[in-house]
Amino acid sequence: MESCNCIDPQVPADDLLMKYQYISDFFIALAYFSIPLELIYFVKKSAVFPYRWVLVQFGAFIVLCGATHLINLWTFRIHSRTVAVVMTTAKVLTAVVSCATALMLVHIIPDLLSVKTRELFLKNKAAELDREMGLIRTQEETGRHVRMLTHEIRSTLDRHTILKTTLVELGRTLALEECALWMPTRTGLELQLSYTLRQQNPVGYTVPIHLPVINQVFSSNRAVKISPNCPVARLRPYAGQYMPGPVVAVRVPLLHLSNFQIYDWPEVSTRSYALMVLMLPSDSARQWHVHELELVEVVADQVAVALSHAAILEESMRARDQLMEQNVALDLARREAETAIRARNDFLAVMNHEMRTPMHAVIALSSLLQETDLTAEQRLMVETILKSSNLLATLINDVLDLSRLEDGSLQLETATFNLHSLFREVLNLIRPVASVKKLSLTSHLASDLPMHVIGDEKRLMQTILNVVGNAVKFSKKGCISITASIAKPESFRDARIPDFLPVPNDSHFYLQVQVEDSGSGINPQDIPKLFTKFAQNQSLITRNPAGSGLGLAICRRFVNLMEGHIWIESEGIGKGCTVTFIVKLGITDRSNDFKPPSLPKVLGNHGSTNFTRLKVLVMDDNGVSRSVTKGLLMHLGCDVTTASSSDECLRVVSLEHEVVFMDVCTGLDGYELAVRIHEKFLKHQDRPLIVALTGNTKKVTKENYMRVGMDGLILKPVSVDKMRGVLSELLERRVLFETV
Amino acid sequence: MEVDQMQRQCLDYTKSLFLEGFLDGQFVQLQQLQDENNHDFVVEVVSLFFEDSERLLNDLTFALDQKSIDFKKVDAHVHQLKGSSSSIGAQRVKNCCIEFRNFCEEQNIDACLSCLQQVKQEYCHVKNKLETLIRLEQQIVAAGGSIPTMEF
Repeated sequence: MESCNCIDPQVPADDLLMKYQYISDFFIALAYFSIPLELIYFVKKSAVFPYRWVLVQFGAFIVLCGATHLINLWTFRIHSRTVAVVMTTAKVLTAVVSCATALMLVHIIPDLLSVKTRELFLKNKAAELDREMGLIRTQEETGRHVRMLTHEIRSTLDRHTILKTTLVELGRTLALEECALWMPTRTGLELQLSYTLRQQNPVGYTVPIHLPVINQVFSSNRAVKISPNCPVARLRPYAGQYMPGPVVAVRVPLLHLSNFQIYDWPEVSTRSYALMVLMLPSDSARQWHVHELELVEVVADQVAVALSHAAILEESMRARDQLMEQNVALDLARREAETAIRARNDFLAVMNHEMRTPMHAVIALSSLLQETDLTAEQRLMVETILKSSNLLATLINDVLDLSRLEDGSLQLETATFNLHSLFREVLNLIRPVASVKKLSLTSHLASDLPMHVIGDEKRLMQTILNVVGNAVKFSKKGCISITASIAKPESFRDARIPDFLPVPNDSHFYLQVQVEDSGSGINPQDIPKLFTKFAQNQSLITRNPAGSGLGLAICRRFVNLMEGHIWIESEGIGKGCTVTFIVKLGITDRSNDFKPPSLPKVLGNHGSTNFTRLKVLVMDDNGVSRSVTKGLLMHLGCDVTTASSSDECLRVVSLEHEVVFMDVCTGLDGYELAVRIHEKFLKHQDRPLIVALTGNTKKVTKENYMRVGMDGLILKPVSVDKMRGVLSELLERRVLFETV
Repeated sequence: MEVDQMQRQCLDYTKSLFLEGFLDGQFVQLQQLQDENNHDFVVEVVSLFFEDSERLLNDLTFALDQKSIDFKKVDAHVHQLKGSSSSIGAQRVKNCCIEFRNFCEEQNIDACLSCLQQVKQEYCHVKNKLETLIRLEQQIVAAGGSIPTMEF
């Protein structure tokens, strides 16, 4: 701006110069007026400009400057005083405003400058946020990919599908050129190419497992960039012209069930890995990004878990199939075993029945014979016959017993008996046979052996007889000695039976019986076989074809049941042998409590018990059988009423009858009748005793009978003596169950 | 004939019946039951047996003649017959009945029929024998003797 010397002396100036000055001043004024207009216009437009006041000031300043220059136009010629005054006023005002503005600007310009800085800052921030957003979006994409991949992988339990799906999905997500999986071979020394993405059936390439690049990959759980030229990455001839795409490899742990039993997630214990190799397309400028590597690592872990699940499932299916097969086989075996047992039981039942019939004839006839007039010698003979046949009957029972012994269902009977008389009987029975063979028989009973003991007399006698019988059987000459004593713990020092310690106490003692013979002896090697059922020493058989070989086996079972032991010692062939057994027996000191032994099957009670006027009722639907039973009871003196059916029986039975005999060959009618009789006499104390007569020899019926309330059970056929004995025992004890 | 002779004859005959298996121990039991109070026990029982058996045999023949055989019924009859024969001691009849029952269980018609024949035969035998024996015994009693008991 030219220095405005507004107060001029009135000197005439050059005209041209004046003209130019005139024009310039005019334009300046114009400019000065237009600037504020522009400002106002733009400020109005922008709403955010914070310094309006400054603009107003600036506008005022400019307007006044313009006014001044405008007024200057009139001062070029001679002008009036008014113009001068106006000019002066304008100039003064301008001065004031411009000074004010200048002062203002000192404050404002730094502010304005800082606005600029802030703007820059904000722009940077915005750019940063943009970048971060981009990252997050990428991550979310990756996450979505992983979830989708995982879902695909885990949606199947088939190993091959899992692996194939992995490769396919990875290939798709990451747009890979090639993706391959190398699995360790059985030997564990090589990796075999198992699956690839592009090739359908990969040829079985193998690479040794101890390559440095492979070790490098296996030692880290991250995806590792490897060189495309290494053996695992050279999967196909690359078609690109430039470089093959970058390759990344990651390990896939192959987990086993055992790995999951450690408390932590299996990190260190897995030993075998598979190798997954991923190749980006060649000729593209793509590089492996971090998020892509992360994706690969996550997928590898998932695949490992999915594979292990598949493996576990395979295992359990296989185990289940195996179990089912085994089940079927076991079932078959069980059924076969059951059939065999049933066949055996049937056989035994039949044999048992067939054997009993002649037995009963012998026993019946001999007992009858006893009742006739005999000389003393004859009587002795008949008694021996009777005793022997009883024993034989017992033996027949014991063939049954043996099968029951094996089932474990045999129980010993316990009753008080006289030990001394038992031995006497044994001797009496054996003496005749021994004297025929010219063997001398000696026995020695220890003085401290109790007289009365508690145990199973029948079976103890059987055992002793068997042992002594064997001694007699296998001796041709010499003598046989039987010793019975109380077993002492010291006599087992030689630890023949290491765990057995017969310690007597107040209620029990151990009886030791030793039978020595001077007969043919036994080879020590054969001794274990002796106790086996049906096995007989060959040489013994040729000497004595009789005997079934059951004896010692049964003896051993009985001895075991009596909590004892039995063993044989022999020096050798021709040197005789010694059989010793120990059994546990109960002591009783109440010998006045001595009960007579339980009735053997047919040995009658020769007492003169009088059954006269004993009222009995006989129920039998078979006429002949009924009259026989009636005759039997009448012969014994009873007052007999008969009924031929259950209904008639129920009608006729009364409290006067003491015993009701019912024939239950027909099975269940008997049970029902018993129940009904019970009902009839429920309120009465002395209802009649109910006894069943049956030819059915199955053991199970005894429990059935007891359950329906029968008091007794007798087997047909019944002899006079048997009936006598039955009646007396029944009336004495109120119960009688004959052992079948 | 002398009483002694008759008694011996009777004994021998009885023995032979036992030896041949027609009778068993049960019959002896029956003989035992005969005493002063019960003179004719044996005769009564034996006649009862004859009646019963004849009836049963007729029923059996009828049942086995049917077009559709009711084996349960047949079995029931045989069971009765077995019971009677074993009560009296007719051993052979009883054994036949046991066999018969097995075939009934198997429902073997032909075997059943042949068994029935056998049973009938055995029954006839034993009936004759028993009738002879009773006649002999009655003769002895009529002659004033007592019926001999078996001795060995």
